[in-house]
Amino acid sequence: MIRFENVGLRYGLGQEILRDLSFRIDGRSFQFLTGPSGAGKTSLLRMMFLSLKPTRGLISMFDFDTAALSKDDRAALRRRIGIVFQDFRLLDHMTTYENVALPLRVLGHDEASYRAEVVELLQLVGLGERMSALPPVLSGGEKQRAAIARAVIARPQLLLADEPTGNVDPNLGQRLLRLFIELNKSGTSVVIATHDIALMDEYDARRLVLHDGRLHVYD
Amino acid sequence: MAEAWDARASAPAGLMAQRTPTPIVPRGSIAGRSLTAVVAIMTFLAAVTAGAVMMVVTSATDWQSAVGREVTIQVRPVSGRDIEADVRTATAVARSTAGIADVRAYTKEESEQLVEPWLGSGLSLSELPIPRMIVVKLASSPAPDLAGLRAALAARVPSASLDDHRGWIDRMRDMAEAVVVVGIAILTLVVIVTVLSVTFATRGAMATNRPIVEVLHYVGATDGFVASQFQRHFLLLGFKGGAIGGGIALLLFGILGAASAWLSGSAGGAEATALFGTFSIGVAGYVAIFVLILLMAMVTALTSRRTVNQTLESIN
Repeated sequence: MIRFENVGLRYGLGQEILRDLSFRIDGRSFQFLTGPSGAGKTSLLRMMFLSLKPTRGLISMFDFDTAALSKDDRAALRRRIGIVFQDFRLLDHMTTYENVALPLRVLGHDEASYRAEVVELLQLVGLGERMSALPPVLSGGEKQRAAIARAVIARPQLLLADEPTGNVDPNLGQRLLRLFIELNKSGTSVVIATHDIALMDEYDARRLVLHDGRLHVYD
Repeated sequence: MAEAWDARASAPAGLMAQRTPTPIVPRGSIAGRSLTAVVAIMTFLAAVTAGAVMMVVTSATDWQSAVGREVTIQVRPVSGRDIEADVRTATAVARSTAGIADVRAYTKEESEQLVEPWLGSGLSLSELPIPRMIVVKLASSPAPDLAGLRAALAARVPSASLDDHRGWIDRMRDMAEAVVVVGIAILTLVVIVTVLSVTFATRGAMATNRPIVEVLHYVGATDGFVASQFQRHFLLLGFKGGAIGGGIALLLFGILGAASAWLSGSAGGAEATALFGTFSIGVAGYVAIFVLILLMAMVTALTSRRTVNQTLESIN
């Protein structure tokens, strides 16, 4: 599904923050991406999400060489990926319901066709009573859940999550992890970037550890 | 606003879902009112310019065709020649020329009356050598043979000269053409200013909404989808501004036309009518203003489209 070969990344003229990354993310797989703060987890996720180009090396996604993609091809590939940002990136002028439904609206689907599905997902993540609330009045945990719901609503083949349980209590964190596991069982590959050891201990999965700019894989 | 939304948070899902979807690009984030005002002002200026140019051109054409439909033969008094006989001969020569509809020679008294405004009425004009005028109206068909008339007059009445007002008509045409050129220059400037204003406004809107553009990209929106979210606003805004500016210009011309018709009986009104016609821009003028409204809306939409695409290119 995703293949990195000798990928390196540097910002500007500085030294490489990620070096010689070579690994695969297979279909239907589940992995944690971890490492100390500032190790480059978010940068690596952004490269997987096609919003950052590597300074060297090859990234292949869904059998496409990402360096050769047109803008529309990139948009088409992103529709197969769901992403949860650390800072949520919810649109403040749209309701929680509309934020979660946004990927389906962008695909041009009729609202009537996805209304029930969005409402059901919002109830699943505990936002059933907050559907009409705007993000500025949501708590950090509620925003987190809304961002997760938006990432999974279009049933992506790959889910990338950046610290998805960082703003929720352990109990809710476990519920969200179960949601990711369920999603993985239904066929979605999942990459969760986290430095929450307790969360990783909850589920036995492959670990990708970033340290000193290099990636160590523990299957 | 937050309280209002909080209140809605407890609304039943069915009710909530039935409302109109929130625009992805919030209306308030685009400098809508200012840009509508700019487009309205520019459309108004363009419409007034176009209307004024059309009015001048129409009046100039009317003057030219009125003046061009007649020529004047001037018979100068020359010692040793009988001016009355020369006038009769010149009249006969004119009548016998092809393409002449009517010939009327001014009598001695009428000729004296023509110069009276300049010389005053207390003089004995009969002692002055006043030239005599013969007004020759031209027929539309067959084509008047002015060269033949000029040659025949030179041969038979050496003291007569033919004035076909060519110099005056040429100056009039030059003036009308200059007005058209100035009008086109003003219209071009107006369009350029509109393009620049819309470009700046679109860039501002894109910068303000950059987080939204990024999120749209992250959820798989194509550039076309993102651009359409902005263009919808700007096209509507262009039409609104164009309609307001063009509408005010139409109203202005309507009021001027009505005022001109109302004042036509007075001395000042008659002078204005003689100079500007009836202040009416005619059907062509109104059509031109409608075209301008469409043009400004299109300029707004196309400019914003180009700017949105350029900005998306830089974001990518």
